[in-house]
Amino acid sequence: MNEKAIEINELSYSYPDGQCGLAGINLTVDRGESVALIGPNGAGKSTLLLHLNGILRGNGAAITVLGLPVDDKNIRQIRRKVGMVFQDPEDQLFSLNVFEDVAFGPVNMGYPQEEVERRVRQALQKVGMQGYEKRSSHHLSIGEKKRVAIATVLSLDPEILALDEPTSSLDPRGKWALIELLRSLPVTKIIASHDLDLVACLCDRVVILDEGNIVADGKVEEILGNKGLLRNHGLANPEGTPDPIAPLSSVARA
Amino acid sequence: MHRLDPRTKLLGSLAFVLAVVLTPPGNWRLFAVYLCVIAGLVLLSRLPLKHVLKRSLVIFPFVVMIAVFVPFFKQGQEAAGYDIGAWHIAVTYEGLAVLINVVVKSWLCILCLIILSSSTKFELLLQGMYKLKVPQVFVQITSFMYRYMFVIADQAMRMQMARDSRNFGMNRSNIFKTMGNMVGMLFIRSYERAERIYAAMLSRGYSGEIIEIAKLKFQLPDAYFALILSLLLVCPAILWW
Repeated sequence: MNEKAIEINELSYSYPDGQCGLAGINLTVDRGESVALIGPNGAGKSTLLLHLNGILRGNGAAITVLGLPVDDKNIRQIRRKVGMVFQDPEDQLFSLNVFEDVAFGPVNMGYPQEEVERRVRQALQKVGMQGYEKRSSHHLSIGEKKRVAIATVLSLDPEILALDEPTSSLDPRGKWALIELLRSLPVTKIIASHDLDLVACLCDRVVILDEGNIVADGKVEEILGNKGLLRNHGLANPEGTPDPIAPLSSVARA
Repeated sequence: MHRLDPRTKLLGSLAFVLAVVLTPPGNWRLFAVYLCVIAGLVLLSRLPLKHVLKRSLVIFPFVVMIAVFVPFFKQGQEAAGYDIGAWHIAVTYEGLAVLINVVVKSWLCILCLIILSSSTKFELLLQGMYKLKVPQVFVQITSFMYRYMFVIADQAMRMQMARDSRNFGMNRSNIFKTMGNMVGMLFIRSYERAERIYAAMLSRGYSGEIIEIAKLKFQLPDAYFALILSLLLVCPAILWW
């Protein structure tokens, strides 16, 4: 059994217009780890995620997922094992109802019908959306859409979850419910986010990405405790401005 | 009506539309029969009559745009005419007959399609198309169209609101210019969304083929419906063609 979930070696990528996306990324993620990928807008977080299941291939650098090199031969297996959740659930939910969306992966994998239905049921149960099978995806609330989007990959029993901004555009209640949900899923997670609450609650390791480079990689307390580092990469409030939480905590004390 | 197999309804509608289109113009008895069939279907499907009629008005602008000039150009006996200088404009009886036939035929067809689409869930229609061996590309395009129509409409509406909140008495040429920009912007956004959707599909093992799990079953009512409809379409046609 290979203990490494993901190994990336010298990965570079340029966007179709020639702009540099990733510049020589080296990253190893162990099985069972929860890694946060943080960085300012345009740092290359989403681009890096898209390499994990071979949607983008970069410079042909060696990426190994669960011991399998990402190439045409392994692509099917890798896509089953890496559950990719996109930022906008509107992109992930393209079928006419929830059932068809969650069943899309299992059906493509050629499972028989009873197995497909069992997987859909289980996946929806895991995200707390049972009973929504016949609803149309368009009419769900944004929080419900995010949950169903996660169910669409859980139905494949992935060993790695790659999530792009899972809490963006959620209200605080929806956000914390989603954090709890993700915490309950015992798989390797790679989460691209700006949401430091989410990172602090969910991840044990943080990688900061800026301008296509990994600029820091360490334990969550170390990195989130280093305000200077966060400031340098546009992830915390600028020096001299009031700490966003301070007024709230002074209210709480009074 | 709502419980019939979508395939029965699709084929029935196709048969009806073909019958209407192929009926020789001016055969009013047949058109009356078709109208009775439609009325029967409306009753059977318990759709509110007002809703059906209101929706059927949608086609008139299209039909009128296409067919309104026919009476002026068709050769035949003159019904009325004007002289504008050396230019003689006249409406002929033959031309008017064509116009009326076009209007009646298209109205009957649209009524039939309204009944089809209001009595069948869209997913079932797609499943029916799939089972009837309509090429997958068409079924998929239709499905995506239906799924993202609202998303794109929402987007357009938000853009419009954003424009209107910054709009201080624009003149007409500017309005067209921003409208052009908005349409272009919508196109680019939709194109980029399509790429993201495709990536999301690939991520879940899409290989170019949609494998549909459809649970459709022909039942006894389907047979009755098909039989009665074909009798209603075929018998009068034989009698009065």
